Amino acid sequence: MADEELMTGAEIVLRALADQGVAHVFGYPGGAVLPIYDEFFQQEKVKHILVRHEQGATHMAEGYARSTGKCGVALATSGPGATNCVTGLTDAMLDSIPMVLITGQVPTHLIGMDAFQECDTVGITRPCTKQNWLVKNVNDLARIIHEAFYVAMTGRPGPVVVDIPKDVQFAKGKYTGPEGVIVKSYQPKTAPNVTAIEAAIDLISKAKRPLLYTGGGVINSGLEASKLLREFVALSGIPITSTLMGLGAYPASGKEWLGMLGMHGTYEANMAMHDCDVMINVGARFDDRITGRLDAFAPNSKKIHIDIDPSSINKTVKVDIPIVADVKQALAALLAEWKKRGVKLDAVSLDSWKRKIDQWKSVDCLKYKPNRDVIMPQYAIQRLYELTKTRDTYITTEVGQHQMWAAQFYRFEEPNRWMTSGGLGTMGYGLPAAVGVQAAHPKSLVIDIAGDASVQMTMQEFSTAIQYRLPVKIFIVNNHYMGMVRQWQQLLHGNRLSESYSDALPDFVKLAEAYGGTGLRCSKPAELDAAIMQMINTPGPVLFDCEVANLANCFPMIPSGKAHNEMLLGADVSDEDVGSAIDARGKQLV
Amino acid sequence: MSAHQQGTGSAYFIDTKKQEIETHTLAVIAENQPGVLARIIGLFAGRGYNIDSLTVSETEHEKHVSRFTIVTTGTAAVITQIKAQLDRMVPVHSVADLTAEGNFLARELALVKVNGLGDKRIEALRLGDAFRARVVDASVESFVFELTGKPDKIDQFISLMMPLGLVEVSRTGVAAISRGIEVLKD
Repeated sequence: MADEELMTGAEIVLRALADQGVAHVFGYPGGAVLPIYDEFFQQEKVKHILVRHEQGATHMAEGYARSTGKCGVALATSGPGATNCVTGLTDAMLDSIPMVLITGQVPTHLIGMDAFQECDTVGITRPCTKQNWLVKNVNDLARIIHEAFYVAMTGRPGPVVVDIPKDVQFAKGKYTGPEGVIVKSYQPKTAPNVTAIEAAIDLISKAKRPLLYTGGGVINSGLEASKLLREFVALSGIPITSTLMGLGAYPASGKEWLGMLGMHGTYEANMAMHDCDVMINVGARFDDRITGRLDAFAPNSKKIHIDIDPSSINKTVKVDIPIVADVKQALAALLAEWKKRGVKLDAVSLDSWKRKIDQWKSVDCLKYKPNRDVIMPQYAIQRLYELTKTRDTYITTEVGQHQMWAAQFYRFEEPNRWMTSGGLGTMGYGLPAAVGVQAAHPKSLVIDIAGDASVQMTMQEFSTAIQYRLPVKIFIVNNHYMGMVRQWQQLLHGNRLSESYSDALPDFVKLAEAYGGTGLRCSKPAELDAAIMQMINTPGPVLFDCEVANLANCFPMIPSGKAHNEMLLGADVSDEDVGSAIDARGKQLV
Repeated sequence: MSAHQQGTGSAYFIDTKKQEIETHTLAVIAENQPGVLARIIGLFAGRGYNIDSLTVSETEHEKHVSRFTIVTTGTAAVITQIKAQLDRMVPVHSVADLTAEGNFLARELALVKVNGLGDKRIEALRLGDAFRARVVDASVESFVFELTGKPDKIDQFISLMMPLGLVEVSRTGVAAISRGIEVLKD
C-alpha cells in the first residue's frame, strides 16, 4: 500500500469522529493526547470545547447526549485526565447515557513502567464502562472507535472508553469507515417476544386498577417511544407515573399524569403504586428510590416489565411478564395487539380507580406554607417554571433538595428537556451538563437548577461557558446548607447538623463577575419574577443567587425502609414526626 | 407471583435463611481479548457473587474464543442474575447453566505431593493406585501424584493423603461439558 493512503492514528481519530457525525468534543489537552490536539487544530468539522476539569467534559457529554439523543464525546489525557473522568463515566453507566471517552495513554513501550502520567485506564474504568479498549495497533484503531460508538448507542446505552497510547497516535495505519461494523459477541435483542406481548395484553385487559410506571428507558428509546407511550395512555386511559429519569416522556399537563413517584414522589403516584392490580413498568428498573420497602412494594399487583437489559428483569422485584425489548418496539407491539383485539378496560372499575386517585390528589401533597418575607424554594421553582414554560427551555440540576423540588414543581411537557443525575446522584453534574446542552442547542434557554453546595463542585466550568459564549443560566437555590444532608440528619441523627452548613459561601454575584459573566441576586418574593425575567433576558451566562428559606425540607417523603403508603406529608409534619420517622433498621439504609 | 408472596425479597432486609443456596456450573464462551477475564472477575467481586472455581483457556484459536467454566453458589435468583450479568457483557458470546440444563461432566486435575518414608509411603502408593492416580515424579522420600476426576473425588483423595505426609496440592479447577449430542453455541 502506498504511503499516502495511510493516516496517522491521530488523523484516524478525527476522521472516525467526523464519519460518526460528531459535531462537538468536550476535552482537555495533555502530553499523551497532543497528536490528537494537533489534528483538531488542522480541521474544522469537529468542534472542540475546552473544559476546565475533565469531570466537566464527561458531564457536558452527558448533557449533550441526553438532550439530543446522540452520543456524547469527551477527550482527556492519560493519568489524571483519565482518572478525573471516572465520576462522569459511572454517572453515565448508572443512567444509561451513551458516551464515548477517548483517552491518551503513555507510549506502548512505557506501559507498566510507572511512566509519568501513566495509569491503568482500562483497569480503572472497567467497572464503570459498558466496554473499554486499549488500542495497541494503529490498524485496529478505526474499527475500535466505530465499535465503541456502536456499543455506546445500541442496546442499553452506556459509556465506553478508547485508550490510545501516544505512539499509536503517531503511527501510520489504514482507515476503515463505520459501515458494516458488527460486534459478533454483542447483539442486543430489541424486538419483543410475541407471546409475552399477548400475555401482557391479556393481563392489562382484565385489570381493574392498572398503572403505568415509566422510566429513563422511554427517553433513551427516542422520540418515537414517547409518542407511542402517549398514544397508549390516550387509548387505554391508564394512569401514569414516572421515575426521575423518565420525566417528560408523558406530558405533565396530560390527563392521566400522577407526577413522579418514589422517595420524593407525589402521594397519589405512590399510593397508586401501592394499590394497583396491574403494573406496567416501561423502561424503568425498580430502583430502591422507587420501590421503598420491597416486601411491601405494590403487594397485590401483577407486574409487566419492559426492559432492553435482561439483567434488569427480576433483579430486585419479581415480575410476572418480562418483555425484553426496546421500549418503542414493545409499545408498538402492545398498541397493535390492543387495537387488533379492540380491548376496552372495564369502565366501572377504571372509573372507581380514578376516583380513588382523585381523592389522593386532593391531599395536595406538594403544598407548602407560603411566606411573604422569604422566598420558599418551592415557590422559586414554581415561578421559574411559570416564566419559562412557553419558551424553548432545557433544565439540568445538581443533586439534593433543589433537584427534588425541580422534579416536583417544574412541569415537563416533552422528553429530552430534563437532564439530572439520577442513579449516581452526582453533585456538580448540572452546571457542566447545562454547558453541554447549550452547545447542542445554542438558541435555547438552558437553566441549571442548582444548590449552593453542589454548584461549587464544578463551578469552574462557568469559565467554559464564558469562553464559548454559551449563555447558560445557573439558578442557585441558595439555602446555605447541604439541604438534603441536613434533612437526613434531622430525620436520623437527632438534628445534629454535622458539617452540613455551607460556611464561607462565595459572593456568587461577584464570582460571576470575576469570571466575566453576570451575577444576580434576589431574596424577596415580591422581586423574584422581575429578577428571573432579568436572568432570562441577559444575553450571556448568568449566576443567579436565589436566597431561599434556609430550613425548608423536601416533602412528601417515603422514609427509608418504609412502604409507599407510609409517606410523610410536608404540611403536617411536626419536628417529632421527623425525628421518629425512621426506625433503627431504616437508619442503616442510604 | 407478587413480591408479597415471595417472602421479603427486600434489597434491604434480605432473609437469607429462607432461601436455599445452590451450586451451579456455568459455561461461558467469550472473545479471547485482553481484559475479558478481569471484567468477569470484576463482576463477581463488584456484585458480591461467589466463585468456587474458575478455569479458562482459549478453545478455538482461529476464532480467538475462550471458554470459561465457573462454579458458583447462590440462591436461584442470584444464579439467574449472574447469568444475565455475564450474558450482557459485550465480549461474551453465550452463557449456559450446565447444572440447570441437566446432565454434564465435570472434571478436575490435581497434582499432589506426598513426602514420607516406610509404611506411610507404601500406603500412599497403594491408595494412589486405588484412585487411579499416576505417579509422575518420585524421589526416595516423595511422590507426586497426578489425579483427574470429579472435585469430590479429589477432595477425598487429599483428605486420605493428609495423615500420610501430604505437603502440597495444585488443582486446576473444574472443566465441564454437557453429555450427549448437545453443543454449546457461541
